[in-house]
Amino acid sequence: MAVQLPDMNLVLLSPEIFIALLAMVLLLMSAWRGKESRGLMGTLAIGGLLLAGLLLAGHSGSAPATTLGGGFIDDSMARFMKMLLLVATGLPLLMSRDYLTQHDLDSGEYFVLSLFSLVGAMTMVSAGSFLVLYLGLELMSLSIYVLAAYQRDQLRSSEAGLKYFILGSLASGILLYGISLIYGATGTVMIAGVGDFLKAATHISPVLLLGAALVVIGICFKVAAAPFHMWAPDVYEGAPTSVTAFIAIMPKVAAFAAFFRILLEAFALLHAHWGPMLQLLAVASLAAGAFGAIAQSNIKRLLAYSSIGHVGFLLIGLTTGNLLGHQSVLIYLTIYIFMSVGAFCLLLVLNKGGIGDEIQDYAGLAKKRPLLAFLMSMFMFSMAGIPPLAGFIAKLYVLMAAVHAGMIGLAVISVLFSAVGAFYYLRIVKIIYFDQSEEPFAMEVGLSHRVVLAVSAFVVLVGGLFPSRLLAWTQATMQSFP
Amino acid sequence: MLSLVTFLPLIGALVLFFGVKDNPQVSRYVALVTTLATFFLSLRLLSGFDTASPVFQYLEEVPWLPAYGITYRMGVDGISLPFVLLTALLMPICILASWQSIQKQVKGYMVAFLALESFVIGVFCALDFILFYILWEAMLIPMFLLIGIWGGKNRVYAAFKFFLYTLAGSVLMLIAILVMGFKGGTFSIPALMGIPFAFDMQVWLFLGLFASFAVKVPMWPVHTWLPDAHVEAPTAGSVILAGILLKMGAYGFLRFSLPILPDASRFFVPFIFALSLVAIIYTALVALMQKDLKKLIAYSSVSHMGFVTIGLFAFNQQGLEGGILQMVNHGVVAGGLFLLVGVVYDRMHTREIARFGGLAHRMPVYAVIFMIFTMSSVGLPGTNSFIGEFLILMGAFLASKGVAVAAATGLVLGAAYMLWMFKKVLFGVVRSDEVAALQDVTLREVVLFVPLLVLVFWIGFYPAPFLNIMHASVEQLLIQANTIKVGTATAAALF
Repeated sequence: MAVQLPDMNLVLLSPEIFIALLAMVLLLMSAWRGKESRGLMGTLAIGGLLLAGLLLAGHSGSAPATTLGGGFIDDSMARFMKMLLLVATGLPLLMSRDYLTQHDLDSGEYFVLSLFSLVGAMTMVSAGSFLVLYLGLELMSLSIYVLAAYQRDQLRSSEAGLKYFILGSLASGILLYGISLIYGATGTVMIAGVGDFLKAATHISPVLLLGAALVVIGICFKVAAAPFHMWAPDVYEGAPTSVTAFIAIMPKVAAFAAFFRILLEAFALLHAHWGPMLQLLAVASLAAGAFGAIAQSNIKRLLAYSSIGHVGFLLIGLTTGNLLGHQSVLIYLTIYIFMSVGAFCLLLVLNKGGIGDEIQDYAGLAKKRPLLAFLMSMFMFSMAGIPPLAGFIAKLYVLMAAVHAGMIGLAVISVLFSAVGAFYYLRIVKIIYFDQSEEPFAMEVGLSHRVVLAVSAFVVLVGGLFPSRLLAWTQATMQSFP
Repeated sequence: MLSLVTFLPLIGALVLFFGVKDNPQVSRYVALVTTLATFFLSLRLLSGFDTASPVFQYLEEVPWLPAYGITYRMGVDGISLPFVLLTALLMPICILASWQSIQKQVKGYMVAFLALESFVIGVFCALDFILFYILWEAMLIPMFLLIGIWGGKNRVYAAFKFFLYTLAGSVLMLIAILVMGFKGGTFSIPALMGIPFAFDMQVWLFLGLFASFAVKVPMWPVHTWLPDAHVEAPTAGSVILAGILLKMGAYGFLRFSLPILPDASRFFVPFIFALSLVAIIYTALVALMQKDLKKLIAYSSVSHMGFVTIGLFAFNQQGLEGGILQMVNHGVVAGGLFLLVGVVYDRMHTREIARFGGLAHRMPVYAVIFMIFTMSSVGLPGTNSFIGEFLILMGAFLASKGVAVAAATGLVLGAAYMLWMFKKVLFGVVRSDEVAALQDVTLREVVLFVPLLVLVFWIGFYPAPFLNIMHASVEQLLIQANTIKVGTATAAALF
C-alpha cells in the first residue's frame, strides 16, 4: 500500500516555521534561565527576525505557489506583506528594550508573545482558506491581548488587555459566523473555491452576502475602522508604550493582507456590494479620526485617533478596485509603519527622560533638544500629509487611485477631513516649538533608539523625495495579484 | 542653472542646520551670503533670458515618478521670471532686516527662511503640476514656524489660521490637479495648456483651483487670515508674505486658470470682478479704521491685490501686463512699508498709530523714505505703482467701463488712508518721551531701502525694460486665454 504523503512544501513555510521554533526556544530559555538571559533573548529575537527576512528574500521572485492542499498561499503580495510584518515587529522590539528594562517588564515572554503574534499574522497573510485565516487571526490576537495587559501591576494596562480581549472575541465570533454562512452558501471554505463558485453562480444568495459582510466587519474591527474603533483609544492609552507601537502597525498590515485575499480573490465579483460598504466605513473612519483627535490631551490617545484616520485612507485605496488603488494600499502601509514607528520611538525616548504621555509635557522641547523636536514635527507633518514628506506620497497615491476610479466626491471628502486632521498634528508641533517650559529634557538617546529614529526619518524623507523605488516594488507586487 | 537658483538656499539651510553650531553671528552671515549668491545667480538667469521668445527657457527635465508621467520639470518664461527675481531680491533684504530684531533661536530662523526661499522660487519655476503642488504646500511648514516662533503676542492663533486656511484651499486644488492629470493624461503644465477640457469640467476645475488661489491672493471674503498673519509675523515675515506669498495666488491664476481653463475663466469674469471690487472698496474702508500700522498695510494689501485680479481677468494686454507689474510693485512697496514699520517697532516696540506722531522731527531721513513709499502706494505719477495701476485701469476700461470707474474709487480711498496714516505718524508735535528719544535710521537700515527705492523710481520713470521681459509671454498667454477651446453652450445647462 502506497503511503500518501500530505501536500506539504516546507520551503514555502520556512519563515513561519523558523519564527515559531525561535519563539519556542526563547520560551524554554525564559523558563530555565530566567532573568539573567533576557538581554540575550532580545538579541536572539531581533537576529531571528533578520534571518527570517533572509529566508523570505530567498524565494522572492518565484512564481506563486500553494501548499497544504491550497490552505497556504505564497505569492508576491504575501511576501511583500510578510516583509512589512517583519519590519513592523522588529523595529518595535528593537526600540522597546530600554523601556522594558526601565519598567521591569523584560521577562522573556514579551519576546515570545511578539513572535507568536507575528507567526499568526504571517499565517493570515498567506491564508488560502477562511479557516487558516481565522487561525492566524486568533494566534495573532490572543498574543496581542496578553501583551496589552503586560504591565499587570498597572490597572490601566490590565483594563486595556481585558477590553481588547472582550471586544476582540466578539469580533472573532462575528468573523467565524460569517465564515460559516459563507460555507453554508458555497459549500467550501477555500478562498479560491468561493471565487470559483461566484464565477459559476447565476444568482447570489443573500446568505452569502451576509456572510461576506460579517467577515469584513470582523476584520474592520482589527484595523479599528469606524464604527468598530471604540476600543482603540483606550487600548492604545492603557497598553505599555512599546506594545502600543506594535498594536498600531502590525495587525493593520495583516488585516489589509486579509482584505486583499478575501475581497480580491474570493469576492472580487461582489465589488458592487462591498465597495460602497467599505467607502461608507472609510468616510466614517476619516470623520472619527479627524474629529476624535481634536480634543485629546494624551499623545497615545491622539495617535489612536490618527491611526483611525489613516485606516480611512487605506480603505479608500482598497475600494477603488484598480491596480493603482491596490498599489496605494501597500505604499500607504509601508510609509505608515515608518511614520508610526518614528513617532512612538520618540515617545519612548521621552519616556526614558521621565516625560509622560500628556502632550503638554512636551512643551519647549525645541529649545532643549532641537533635533528630537525636528524629528517629531517631521513625523507629524508627514502624518498630516504635507509635502515633501512621505506621508504626502501615501495620500497622493490613494487620491490618484480614487480620482482614477471616478470617485471624486470621496476624494474631496477625504482631503477635507485631512485638512481638519492637520489641526491636531499642528497642535503637537505648536506645543513643541511655541510653548515654553522649564523641563530640562536631559535624557540620553540610546543606540537602538538612534538606529530606529534614523531609519524611520530616512524613509519619511527619502520616501517623500524619491519614492520611485517603492512605487516600482509595489507595482510589481500587485500586478500579479490576484 | 534653474535648479541651482532654486535649491541653493536649501543647501545653505542644510549646511546651517547640520554644519554650524548655534552661533547667531555665523548663522546670519551664512544666510546673507547664501541669499546674495542666489540673487546674483538669478541676475545671470535674467541676462541669459531671451525676452523675444514666449516659450519656457532654462528647461530641465528628470523623470521622477515615471509610471504616471510625473516629472521634475522646471523652466521660466516672461511671466514667472519677474517673480523669481523679486523673491531673490527681497530675501537678502529680509535677512538684513532681521539682523538685530531677531535674537532668539537665530539659527533656526535663518534655516526656516532659506528653506522658504527655495520652495517659493521652486513654485514659480515648476512646470509639473505635482511638483508645483509639493513646493506650494512645503512652503507652509517654514512659514508656520516663522510666524509661530518669532511672531508677536497672538502668534499661535495667526500661525494656525494661516496654515489651515491655506491647507483647506490647497487640498481642493490637489483634487483638481489629479482630475486634470488623469483626464489630460499628463501632469506637464505646458502640455496641459493644449488640452481642451469639456466646459462643465472646466468650471469645476476652475473652482478647485480658485479655492486655493483665492485664499492665497487673498480675495474677499477669504482674506481674513492675512491681517492676523501680517500683524503677528516678524517684520521680515510680513515682507515675504506681502511681497511674495500673495503673488503666488495671482501667479496661479496666470499660469493655470487662464491658459488651461480659458472658457471657464471667461465664464467667471463677472464673479472675479465682483469679488475684486468688494475687496478694493471694502478693505480700503476697513483700512481707514485701523489703529495698528501693520494691520493698515495688511488691509491695503488686500485692496491692492483686488486691482491685480481685475487686471488679470480683463483679458487684454494692458490689464495683464499691468497686473503682473503691479504685483512686482506691490512686492516692492508693501515690502518697503513693512520694513519701515519694523524700523520703528525695533525702537519703540509698538505699532499703534496713536503712540507715534512727530517722527519727522526726530528721524528726517526715515521720514523721507516713508514719504516715497507712501506716495508710491497711493499711486503718484513718477512712482512705480502709477504705471501698474494706470495699465490695470486701462485694461479694465476696455473690458468694462463700470468696473474701471468703481475700481478707481479705490485709488481715492487708498490715498485717504495712506495720507491719514502718514500725517498721524510723521507730522505733528512730538508728544511722548519715547518719540523724543528716537534715533534716525542706521546705515544698515538705509542699505535695506536703497534697492527698493531704486525700483520705485526706475519702474516709475522707465518701465519699458520690465515690461519687455513679460511682453512676449503675455501675448502668448492672451492668445491661449482668448481661444475658445470648447463652446460655452452648456453653460446654461450647468447652472
